[in-house]
Amino acid sequence: MKANKRDVHTGIYYIDGDVASAEGALAAGCKFVGGYPITPSTEAFEAFVRRAPYVGSITIQMEDELGSIASILGAAWSGKKAMTITSGPGFSLMMENIGLGAMLETPFVILNIQRGGPSTGLPTLAGQADMMQSRWGSHGDYEIIAISPDSPQELFDYTIKAFNLSEKYRCPVMIMSDECVGHMTEKVVIPPAEEIELEPRRFYNGPKDKYQPFKPDKDLVPPMVKAGDGFKLHITGLIHDENGYPASNKTSYTRRLVDKIRLNADKIIELQEEETEDAEIIVVSYGITSRVAIRGIDEAREAGIKVGSLRLVTVWPFPEKRIAELSKKVRAFVVPEINYGQIVYEVERCTHENANVILVPHGGGLVHNPDDIFHAIQYAAKEKNKIIGIVEYKTILQRLITERGNRLR
Amino acid sequence: MKSKKEIHPMESLLRMDRIPHIWCPGCGIGTAVTAFTAALDKLKVDLNKICVVSGIGCTGRVAGYVKLDSFHTTHGRPIAFATGLKLGNPEMKVVVFSGDGDIIAIGGNHFMHAARRNIDITVICLNNFIYAMTGGQVAPTTPLTAYATTSPYGNIEPPYNIPQLAEACGAVYVARWTALHVRRLTNSIVEAIQKPGFSVIEVISPCAQYYSRINRLGDGLDMMKFYHDNAVIKHNEPTENLDIDYQKEIIIGKFIDRERPTYTEVYNKWLSDAKHQTPKSPRIQNT
Repeated sequence: MKANKRDVHTGIYYIDGDVASAEGALAAGCKFVGGYPITPSTEAFEAFVRRAPYVGSITIQMEDELGSIASILGAAWSGKKAMTITSGPGFSLMMENIGLGAMLETPFVILNIQRGGPSTGLPTLAGQADMMQSRWGSHGDYEIIAISPDSPQELFDYTIKAFNLSEKYRCPVMIMSDECVGHMTEKVVIPPAEEIELEPRRFYNGPKDKYQPFKPDKDLVPPMVKAGDGFKLHITGLIHDENGYPASNKTSYTRRLVDKIRLNADKIIELQEEETEDAEIIVVSYGITSRVAIRGIDEAREAGIKVGSLRLVTVWPFPEKRIAELSKKVRAFVVPEINYGQIVYEVERCTHENANVILVPHGGGLVHNPDDIFHAIQYAAKEKNKIIGIVEYKTILQRLITERGNRLR
Repeated sequence: MKSKKEIHPMESLLRMDRIPHIWCPGCGIGTAVTAFTAALDKLKVDLNKICVVSGIGCTGRVAGYVKLDSFHTTHGRPIAFATGLKLGNPEMKVVVFSGDGDIIAIGGNHFMHAARRNIDITVICLNNFIYAMTGGQVAPTTPLTAYATTSPYGNIEPPYNIPQLAEACGAVYVARWTALHVRRLTNSIVEAIQKPGFSVIEVISPCAQYYSRINRLGDGLDMMKFYHDNAVIKHNEPTENLDIDYQKEIIIGKFIDRERPTYTEVYNKWLSDAKHQTPKSPRIQNT
């Protein structure tokens, strides 16, 4: 299915990541946005409202994030492609209905322009500390898909992909970007509508009386209907059977919710690898950090270190297999993140102690100094011993603070 | 001769494969559902175009028993869910059927704002004065001095006056009935569903297992007798007079019936008008 001409704002623009993401969603056919203003994602919501009259979409500023995510769930069941936009504090409020979305296998997209946390944290500055929350935030067993773009162009492209994935696997898809990318203004190329490939909703087209809302196809994903189609469907957040009726004896029901993502992980995961074939050290990064890492990697290469780069475009499901494969060949993984260690735990888990894992943490607010990443690579190259557990590489600033104490401030 | 199979008159509107239901003997939710199905029967609407959204709690289970598109959502969020559903498909008639805790406590904010926007949905708020599904805890509707498991010395918080709240927030239709007044309740549901805009019906219902047992008020029948003796019909009564005191007179009737443009009307007008305007926003980007 191709994109609708009316929805696609074809052209070359100089826009920020938030707006690019809104354009991507519109191009993907998103017709309902329930939002609540929150820095630094508000620009995306504003862009939707400005464009609403031209694409005939519904945008509603709800009373809070609890309401905005509930409204997009309702809209998704009315047959619309739906999205909400938020940042850390709002994301925390949305957790309850992310669980409902996973349980009802509702396709929708959440754009999370991450900021520093916890709590109100750093509203106008970057962070990457919601990564684990995106995966585990709601209670119970479920799987989601999370993507981490690193430029406005990617926010456009991967918002379309996020919609395609959510329709294909009927699950919440999160775009885990950050303030730097959201507020970064760059050239964005919006292609003509006929070059944009969209995944249509998996509507059921069998006989009406045979329909079971949660009877999966071969790929474990059930086809969907919408309210008003005459199926008299019942859906519930309780554990249910294939008819959608509550069934407390179906305790293994969530198995399929997990499996439909885990067993299709190879099809979902997208990675960007650079010179990983003969690398001794691999830098694993995502979001804005992957762009900062480029310079650190270049410096290391100039210094003669064989270093490769593995960029997680899809963060969840986590590319376990690929990291495990690489861990047999390399000496160490260097993981820079704008948090005090989240994805690094996943990397460590997947290395099975074959390689050292070095975390380059950053408290949020700013991005890494590329030199820190370079020094961490240097350290990783020099370290001949195998170290069990994660090594936290202290950045220059952190070391100075430890050595000189408060005098530095 | 083959005997004719007995069919329940509401069978076409109920999920008979899910009966028996979970509600206790003496509960008023079943009566409210009967009134709702009777109203649908009277309305002669296309049943494919009507749906029920419920939250969590005893009344939250209504969505599971009506043979319509029905959604059993999260606690407090049915109105927000219904907002998305209604705006996404304006052809649908959306009924939110849930309890007082769900709609007025945890979902109070959504109730207020949906009423303010005048989203075209009907809210049937079943008020049994207590959190029943979790075993009888105090609710924001529990009358002063009444006992509950979390107010074992008597409730000290004043309860919400639901019709007054609904009126203040902008609902266009507000009524209150009890589980005893089935015929009037049915007619009221018919009116509310036909009324464009945010309509609210509060249904006072006995909770024989928790509210009346903890407060020694007898069983469901005793509560019905109490409604019979103490419910006074006063249509158009100013909503500030509608507070419910413990075991005192309950004023019922239709209090508000007014006209306001619905959100969908206003939105669609904006959508067609806005094309000819320049957006007035300090940050206009080039898209």
